[in-house]
Amino acid sequence: MFNVNHPALFWMAGIVILYVLGQSVFFSYKAYKRALELGIERKKLFSIMKGSAVFTIAPAIAIIIGMITLSRFLGLALPWLRLSVVGALTYELPAATTAASVLGISLSEPISLAKAFSVIAWVMTLGSFSGIVIVTFFFPKIEKGLVKIKSKDEKWGNIFMDSLFIGMISAFLGMIFSGVTSGLKGFIPIFVMLFSACLMMIFGYFVKKKNIGWLSNYAMPLSMLGAMIFSIPLSSWIGG
Amino acid sequence: MSNYEKNIHRWGKISGILAILMFTSFPLFFSIYFDAWPNFMDVLQGLLGIVPIFYTVGIIEAFTYAPMLGAGGSYLSFVTGNITALKAPCAINAMQFAKAEPGTAEGEVISTLAIGISSIVTTIILFLGMILLAQLTPILESEILAPAFANILPALFGGLAVVFISKNWKIAVGPTLLMIIIFIIKPSLAGAVSVLVPVGALFAILLSRFLYKKNLL
Repeated sequence: MFNVNHPALFWMAGIVILYVLGQSVFFSYKAYKRALELGIERKKLFSIMKGSAVFTIAPAIAIIIGMITLSRFLGLALPWLRLSVVGALTYELPAATTAASVLGISLSEPISLAKAFSVIAWVMTLGSFSGIVIVTFFFPKIEKGLVKIKSKDEKWGNIFMDSLFIGMISAFLGMIFSGVTSGLKGFIPIFVMLFSACLMMIFGYFVKKKNIGWLSNYAMPLSMLGAMIFSIPLSSWIGG
Repeated sequence: MSNYEKNIHRWGKISGILAILMFTSFPLFFSIYFDAWPNFMDVLQGLLGIVPIFYTVGIIEAFTYAPMLGAGGSYLSFVTGNITALKAPCAINAMQFAKAEPGTAEGEVISTLAIGISSIVTTIILFLGMILLAQLTPILESEILAPAFANILPALFGGLAVVFISKNWKIAVGPTLLMIIIFIIKPSLAGAVSVLVPVGALFAILLSRFLYKKNLL
């Protein structure tokens, strides 16, 4: 019987993850060197690196929960690979479920057939290539379009960039309101978002009015963590 | 033009192609090692179930996030994944701290550095998570912590909203209200939020263009 946690699978996954880790180190090193050339202080760059590392901790722990979910039927190696590299649980779970439904197998227990595992691994892999293919082959064209917008009118170019960011943020802010019709429970995400926003404003006050500069680097991760912690008593009070 | 600017697209293209090959190597070596080649029709049917949605989302994400994250940041984040809930906010946070605008030389390197560090830290945490899974599962899946992880996106976007709404409230109010109305009317769209990112962006661009032409920005 096929074992979803066969040691060979960990080797196969580990080699791919090592490659991606190497790529991250390479790009970080090149960006760091270029930042120094641009005159950005070493101290500031270390603050950015520390801030980015702290920012990553909570979302990365949330990804482990995704790994636990997928590991129930796929074992550990494939979810470890998929969530360490290109994927996110929002894609990997539907991809695995769709492939399993084609085969007519249940995902309530570890997959015991190597052929079934193979179909799922191929579908998860090939189904996730669109973004990476577009960026790898067409990024210079996207960049050229932006340069054109900016060179015509720089002020409008900056507003255009801000509009893109706002578009992304507005979609997620809207999503937070998707549960309001389900009663008070549906308001929990809204209260959590407002709490995070309040924390951000308080930190902003200390950064700007009290000149605590280092805090600006950690304001966002601290607001996020504070709001996540706040959601625990809030959910138990409201009954989420 | 600097050495970095001259080479970034070459590095991006080579590393992207290698990444695609490496990702494909897992199912390929699996099929060879376990002599378990899949039935072509099963794979095709599985792909037909997900490709229409996820390829569309992937293409949309590429065109929306690439300008925000810059060349290095885009090449890296589309390989390392988790862009929406981790890499893009992380890059935004770093650029805000460094007071660097996206699309500038400074914004480009700060975004790349932030995404690179975030990817390294994610890889380390997931490796530790995999090794310690048995010990971590009862903690991470405990009922007490469940609301904290269920609310990670509201907790993240609350802070981000303050930054962007305070900076550009005239552009931000319209798209935010539009999205709130859309999601209240059709809550099931919460599962396809990535598709609505370009809708919000397009609306924000049209609105800001109108305000800009009227000299209101």
